[in-house]
Amino acid sequence: MSTMVLADNLNRTFTSGSGRSKRSVHAVKDVSFRIERGTCLAVVGESGSGKTTVARMLVGLESADSGTITVDGRQVTAGSSRRIRRQRSKDIQMVFQDPQGSLNRRLPVSTAVTEILQAHGTLDAAARRERCLALFAEVGLEAGHASSYPDQLSGGQKQRVAIARALAAEPSVIVLDEAVSALDVTVQAQILALLERLRLERQLTYLFITHDLAVARQVADTVMVMQLGSVVEYGTAGEVLDAPKHPYTRQLMESAPRPGWVPRRRDTTGAVS
Amino acid sequence: MSAPALNLRKERRRHSGGVFSGPLARICLGWLAFVLLLAVLGPLISPFDATEGNIVDRYLSPGAEHWLGTDQAGRDLFTRLAVGARSTILAALAVAALTVLIGGTLALVAVWFGGRVDGAITRFLDFLFAFPNLLLAVLAVAVFGAGVETAVVALAIGFSPYTARVIRSVALRERNLPYVKSAELQGISGLVITFRHLLPNVKQQILTGASINFGYAMIDLAALSYLGFGVQPPDADWGLMISSGQASLLAGYPQESIYAGACIVLTVAALGYLGEQLGGRRAAGRA
Repeated sequence: MSTMVLADNLNRTFTSGSGRSKRSVHAVKDVSFRIERGTCLAVVGESGSGKTTVARMLVGLESADSGTITVDGRQVTAGSSRRIRRQRSKDIQMVFQDPQGSLNRRLPVSTAVTEILQAHGTLDAAARRERCLALFAEVGLEAGHASSYPDQLSGGQKQRVAIARALAAEPSVIVLDEAVSALDVTVQAQILALLERLRLERQLTYLFITHDLAVARQVADTVMVMQLGSVVEYGTAGEVLDAPKHPYTRQLMESAPRPGWVPRRRDTTGAVS
Repeated sequence: MSAPALNLRKERRRHSGGVFSGPLARICLGWLAFVLLLAVLGPLISPFDATEGNIVDRYLSPGAEHWLGTDQAGRDLFTRLAVGARSTILAALAVAALTVLIGGTLALVAVWFGGRVDGAITRFLDFLFAFPNLLLAVLAVAVFGAGVETAVVALAIGFSPYTARVIRSVALRERNLPYVKSAELQGISGLVITFRHLLPNVKQQILTGASINFGYAMIDLAALSYLGFGVQPPDADWGLMISSGQASLLAGYPQESIYAGACIVLTVAALGYLGEQLGGRRAAGRA
């Protein structure tokens, strides 16, 4: 196996305000990780743990104060010139949490895919359309969905479109930022199965941001637990989730609802703890 | 601002069949159609010249030959009103279009680049806000000389911050949605994203802003012409007609000022009402 993504000592501080009201938050502290080609790293942590900032740095939406990220041997720069963005988009893509906001509600959903093919390739309109339909088929959408508008699709279908869009530029890495969190559980399972299939078929590498340990257990080969910007636990999924060493990881595991869990009666008045 | 209330209004419109379906809206549309017809056909059907008159025929009452009578120089008032409609409408249209162009460009550039560019443009717009539009126009006329073109450009610059502010706020909301971020990540050019994704979302603001600005432009242009900074005599223009009618007013012949004044008031009111139906002054940034 070869290393696909290598992050080395990432740091990022956000400052807000100025003068006396100046505040700074150390959002990401000395974060390092490595993802092997074709595997999935789940980044777990509560809101504000810095996991989304890590994801944004990976795709170049945010720059790191110090530290380096390399994807497939190429260093990621947070530049915004079109050439840099285009190169980066061939390496790495992102699927966002909110299926509603992920698509322009004024345009047919196929536009999301075809506009990328248009920007990248030399395909003519007919070929772009064909490619788009092939991608839709790959993510389990029917050809008829291509001309629908986002409002006519369900959340799961919209997320499938977002995945098809991420695949359009043929990236080797996909960052999934809470990509299934907005979906209900059965749809979640379908989308996770789809992602798993795509990973195997296309040898994709995933960075999966989630707060849901059950999701992490399902998709991840390795797990990184973050708290207040630092990595508190990092290891294979089995190590971290079955035998958590760090108290914060244990705390996270205990706060997740488990099937069969019955609230304990506190007193005789019937109030439930 | 409550979103549900807005949706209700839209809902009601859908059921009542269109934005312009009320009786008052129909009257307004009718008047605008009439003014447009007057501007297009009036000068064609009239046998008289708008600038040349026979001094012998001065102050004639409305009649079969001169439908609306004549002014102090014996010029046919109907012809002058029709020709004046042309210059007034064209100039106001130019102001409205130029305002959208300037304001929209500034707003979209600010939204796309954000950060310092946004800060600089917003600061610049605040600076423009500080100048009363008419003062800006008078200043421009003082520097570049009197004339409609100067007045039009100056007013458009004065109006643009209102439009820019609204377009910026709406486009900014869209800019931060994941699909725009995603398109950006894909290496699609900012210009394409702006035209394909941002611009369609501000269509309503542009339309409303244009219709309301059109009304304001008419008033301000008339005021400038009245003051002698806009259209120059002997050309016909509604604002100019009000001022040249002043002398006749004192002589006991108020027709000229009344006709021109009524035309301005009715047209501006009609545009204002229709703009209000479209989205209101809030959508035009004038509230």
